[in-house]
Amino acid sequence: MKYTIAALVENKPGVLARVASLFRRRGFNIDSLSVGRTEREDLSRMTIVVEGDEKVVEQVTKQLNKLIDVIKVSDVTKNAVERELCLVKVNVQPEKRGEIIELANIFRARIVDVSRDSFIIEITGDEEKIEAFIDLMRQYGIKELARTGKVAMARGSKK
Amino acid sequence: MRAANALAKALVEEGVEVIFGLPGGAILEVYDALYDAGVAHITVRHEQAAVHAADGYARATGRVGVAMATSGPGATNTVTGIATAYMDSSPIVVFTGQVSTNLIGNDAFQEADITGITMPITKHNYLVTDPKKLLSVVKEAFYIASTGRPGPVLVDLPKNVTAADIEYNYPKKVVLEGYKPSYEGHIKQIEKAAELIMKSERPIILAGGGVKWSNASEELLKLAELIPAFVVTTLLGKGAIPEAHPLCLGFIGMHGSKYANYAVQESDLVIAIGCRFSDRSTGKVSEFAPNAKIIHIDIDPAEIGKNVRVDVPIVGDAKRVLSKLISYIKYKRRKEWEDKINELRRKYPLRYKKDGFKPQYVVEKVCEIYPDAIITTEVGQNQMWAAQYFKVKYPRQFITSGGLGTMGFGFPAAIGAQVAYPNKTVIDIAGDGSFFMNIQEIATCVYYSLPVRVFILNNGFLGMVRQWQQLFYRERYSATCIGCREHSFEKIAQGFGAVGMTVEKPSEVEDVLRELKDIDDPVIVDFKVDQHANVLPMVPPGKALHEVIDEEVE
Ligand SMILES: Cc1ncc(C[n+]2csc(CCOP(=O)(O)OP(=O)(O)O)c2C)c(N)n1
Ligand SMILES: [Mg+2]
Repeated sequence: MKYTIAALVENKPGVLARVASLFRRRGFNIDSLSVGRTEREDLSRMTIVVEGDEKVVEQVTKQLNKLIDVIKVSDVTKNAVERELCLVKVNVQPEKRGEIIELANIFRARIVDVSRDSFIIEITGDEEKIEAFIDLMRQYGIKELARTGKVAMARGSKK
Repeated sequence: MRAANALAKALVEEGVEVIFGLPGGAILEVYDALYDAGVAHITVRHEQAAVHAADGYARATGRVGVAMATSGPGATNTVTGIATAYMDSSPIVVFTGQVSTNLIGNDAFQEADITGITMPITKHNYLVTDPKKLLSVVKEAFYIASTGRPGPVLVDLPKNVTAADIEYNYPKKVVLEGYKPSYEGHIKQIEKAAELIMKSERPIILAGGGVKWSNASEELLKLAELIPAFVVTTLLGKGAIPEAHPLCLGFIGMHGSKYANYAVQESDLVIAIGCRFSDRSTGKVSEFAPNAKIIHIDIDPAEIGKNVRVDVPIVGDAKRVLSKLISYIKYKRRKEWEDKINELRRKYPLRYKKDGFKPQYVVEKVCEIYPDAIITTEVGQNQMWAAQYFKVKYPRQFITSGGLGTMGFGFPAAIGAQVAYPNKTVIDIAGDGSFFMNIQEIATCVYYSLPVRVFILNNGFLGMVRQWQQLFYRERYSATCIGCREHSFEKIAQGFGAVGMTVEKPSEVEDVLRELKDIDDPVIVDFKVDQHANVLPMVPPGKALHEVIDEEVE
């Protein structure tokens, strides 16, 4: 199963290396990892998706907590808002142009770059939605694909 | 003030008495400051030894040990020492020189990314790039090394940072948002543990190295006598309770006594304190104490449930948790269990064949003649014989590399212990192979008049490996014979200016050991013991604690 872990970490050089080193050393499998700034200038937030069972996630959480530069770790697999952003560069034959635009609209995706024979389409959403969209685009020929990896936040007022 | 001088001053403020190290270009500013800073410095002959010595000092005293090395090769030479301290949770701070910040990343002369290299083997490490942060880093380093679950911290010091001019204001307090060890232990959990203990008919306490780091021996003894429960230890837990105490069954695991291992297997409750259930201690983990509930008290939450299933976890400092736990326990005699254990003890004593010149005999005599000495060990058969036959009296008496199993640890660790306790007898029970790994430190002992004793159980083999080849690889002794008569440890010792001796017969052992009491120099004794003695009993790797190999003795 996939678990989503949110870690609040010091915004310092080397922290990403520490986290990555820990995952490698303990044999944990990272599915995706995203890092960015937070409401506090001195802190960053990592959203890490790990593959494994409950025991693995418990160890991941505990081992992350042991890192001095890690402030707080929470399992946000359940009851959280999850989003990912994805850019797809897709082949566009003239006769398919309308069809692709239509599909993008249905998914509330945006066409952010247009050339003679391709689009870059930007889509955000949860994993399922993005997978579904990518799947649909395959028939036209995907030239390039870039995904940010997931960010997640627990629902409700609790921090 | 020059940052290097500020660092030296901070070390004095931290109460550092001694640094083990070896200088070089990138750390020159610091050494210049140390010249008249009032902190002793022991110059070793190899940086690995500096770290082991700092580690030995820490294990012998409970205080933070300090080591220092230059950049590049100096720093990389510390790696084995750091990993050794990390695996056994020993509090040390290692300072390394680094090339100046403007050169970092350029593959400058003697540049090595030592913070990158040591990331997975330190509790934490720092590369100081801003001189203004130096003092807070030093404060944090000592704090992190010595609190919570202790461990090594490395501080990498670029040359220009140590040369910079800073103001001396050593912080009084440390604030680390991401580091808040919990010490107290949850009271509900402690109550649950007490309940299990009161219900148990066959309780056993498993004490690990954490008991010693937490100075919880007194509480441990109280708890054991109060329940009453027999006590087994891990290798690193040896000495957590005096081994002559009637409740103490010694250490368990691959080379633990049969009665200690059987006792664990037959127990209905294991009260594990400050240990991490390493495979060398538990044997096949799925069959460890199969009928027992497990209470696990540890300061590191990540250790709980890592290797064995736990029924009652308690995260906290052993001393504090135990002193609370004691107040819930009432004495309840468990006659059947007592009888059972005493029968196991009678039926399966530790023993060995007494023909020839047996290494075990040497250890027995050392224990008899030097019962209060601090004992360090090397790694291999020598280590296991020392653990089996030296009965430890007090918590910090027995110092060994358990987790990493580092050959070459014992001798420099003995130097560290000897520096900490100049008036105590410090003995390294060594193997010939291991002793070669830091043999150069005889020079350090001689130079600083450190009367360390090295007793080599010289079997001419990488004996423990030879034993595995004999038992598991059809006696194909590949690369394990290292010669016995070809070199002379006696002359090597003398060449360094130490006292060297050779003992060929068991009948000479006692006299030589007593004779040494009057010698103030470092002494190396070469005991030319039987070459093919094995460490028994043995739980083969991957087997359960009750599946023991032993030999007939009669
Ligand atoms: C640095 C290092 N290299 C290799 C080993 C593997 N090893 C474990 S025990 C051992 C033999 C040690 O020989 P010796 O010091 O003579 O001890 P003995 O077993 O003969 O008592 C070896 C090579 C190790 N533990 N450490
Ligand atoms: Mg040997």
